Amino acid sequence: MATPLVEMRNISISFGGVRAVDDVSIDLYPGEVVGLLGHNGAGKSTLIKILSGAYQADKGEILIDGELADIKSSRDARDHRIETIYQNLALADNLDACANLFLGREMTSMGLLDEPAMEAAARKVIGRLNPNFKKYHAPVSALSGGQRQSVAIARAVHFDARILIMDEPTAALGVQETKMVAELIQQLKREGIGIFLISHDLHDVFDLSDRLSVMKNGKLVGTVRTEDVTKDDVLGMIILGKQPGAAAA
Amino acid sequence: MNSVRGIFARLEIDERLLGMILCLVGIWIGFHLLSDGRFITPRNLYNLSLQTASVAIMAIGMVLIIIIRQIDLSVGSMLGLTAMIVGVVQTFWLPQILGGGHPMIMVIAVVCGITIGAALGGLNGLMIGYLGVPSFVVTLGGLLIWRGCAWWVTQGQTVAPLDENFTLLGGGVYGTIGATASWICAIVAAVVIAFAAHRRRRRHISFGFPVRPAWAETAVVAAQCALPLGFAAVMNAYEMPAVAAQKLAEMKGWEIPEGGIHIFMGIPIPVLILVALAISVSLLLNKTRFGRYVFAMGGNLEAAERAGINVKRMTVWVFVLMGALVGISAIVASARLQSAGNSIGQLDELRVIAAAVIGGCTLAGGAGTISGAILGAVVIQSLQSGMSLLGYDASLQNIVTGLVLVLAVYIDRLYQQRRPG
Repeated sequence: MATPLVEMRNISISFGGVRAVDDVSIDLYPGEVVGLLGHNGAGKSTLIKILSGAYQADKGEILIDGELADIKSSRDARDHRIETIYQNLALADNLDACANLFLGREMTSMGLLDEPAMEAAARKVIGRLNPNFKKYHAPVSALSGGQRQSVAIARAVHFDARILIMDEPTAALGVQETKMVAELIQQLKREGIGIFLISHDLHDVFDLSDRLSVMKNGKLVGTVRTEDVTKDDVLGMIILGKQPGAAAA
Repeated sequence: MNSVRGIFARLEIDERLLGMILCLVGIWIGFHLLSDGRFITPRNLYNLSLQTASVAIMAIGMVLIIIIRQIDLSVGSMLGLTAMIVGVVQTFWLPQILGGGHPMIMVIAVVCGITIGAALGGLNGLMIGYLGVPSFVVTLGGLLIWRGCAWWVTQGQTVAPLDENFTLLGGGVYGTIGATASWICAIVAAVVIAFAAHRRRRRHISFGFPVRPAWAETAVVAAQCALPLGFAAVMNAYEMPAVAAQKLAEMKGWEIPEGGIHIFMGIPIPVLILVALAISVSLLLNKTRFGRYVFAMGGNLEAAERAGINVKRMTVWVFVLMGALVGISAIVASARLQSAGNSIGQLDELRVIAAAVIGGCTLAGGAGTISGAILGAVVIQSLQSGMSLLGYDASLQNIVTGLVLVLAVYIDRLYQQRRPG
């Protein structure tokens, strides 16, 4: 198989004597969705924050495209085209979709914001992801959960993310909107973007993921191909911390 | 109601701003009738514009402070301290070095005022942004500290008279730009407004974005152009008192025609300063990254931080800007009074915050406009000078101003709740 997009090898990190992540290795290929599962406190968020630059591992290494990457800050992560979509989406509710899309990276001409150019770019990228999106001038507080998710994803995509980290992407959404986000994820996969989906709820990610990595108490229980296992197998991994022997990938 | 909203939406008119303007017109007409036609006169409007300038200049900065979900209770005391120091510098220090009446005195005093204001504001900003002390506490402390310092500068003595060139900045009898220059300013403003609107429209069309219908665009632009032209016309209709005109003519060596000289005032300098500041800070707030980040910080501080915005540094800069505007306001206020006493600017913080809030700033942060805050300052000043014109005393003025503040915010709240979508 080709070189993985991301390889996190033997990662460990401790906070005040507590091993939050203990010798965990996971990987992600282009156009693949890997679900990262575990109870609250299992260490999945900590692990992924090491990839997004919020924390630095005590031990272990990160390889991007097979090359050793040194990620010390969220800016470094961004330089490696790693984008994170947080659970609360990190949108400024009082600004419109366009302003949020470009927040921190505005286009300017002669020192002034180039609104028309940004709006044109925003219409292009959001329109591609979600053709029904119309409310470009409304503050994002007036958008539905799914539309807000579109804006957050568009922000990552527009800046050429290759590796997308999504934290509980559908936790707060209704049925219809969850379906919309699922379609967005399919669209991103077709474009060759690798996605980590983080969730404590198996049902949120089971149908979306190609592989599932399960963590418990800071350790990796195992990684399985979604097609090889049932939901009950994975639930067993999450709760008991044991890998079903036959389904190991 | 919906069809009216539809028209407004089509015209892209800010209903809120329009409501405030109508409200202000109502107040003016009310006072005009009650005072037997003494309110809407060139002379009264001239004085009103002068009295508004100081609070309105500070309200510009307060808009940004409130947008980033902070507050500044220390502006009145900062104004007091700055005015005292600037007064001492120009009255006691500089005349000894440069000689009295030297033209550089005014320049140095102005630079001094802006620098001191910016430094005091920066101190607030550092405490709030980097040390994490809540702005309410920092600036409540500042309210007491700077007022105390203002007293200390001269042990409570009033500094007077101020430098003659300096007092022109307060817009006294000679502190205007004159009738001709006023017309020129107004015409230039109107042309710039029309040109900018034309350019924006062309740009939107070239990108294929929706634009207003042509008739609507024309109407809106015409209304905007009418504002500077109308203001200049009113200010130019105010004739300088005969004695002052005579004195000015003698000073300048003009020939006095038969039947006495008629000089018209024109736009007062403080108003010009206010307009220049309002335009520049509006540009900063709405057209630059800095302004975008100000709004983002008020909307979602965490999101702003994650987008790579240095929110601590931004906080400091917003307070520095507030301080610099307080410095300018101190210059205008002391120049108008032609003296600096240690009570100058007392309670201004409340008027400034009230102006911003009446003008549509929500204390929850993330929203506010500079034009609204200036209009808010005009509303407050109209109430106060209208009531004093009718002979009501200060206590009643305060009661009415307070009631209007609460009522304005309540009405706005109702309006926001009923707003569709």
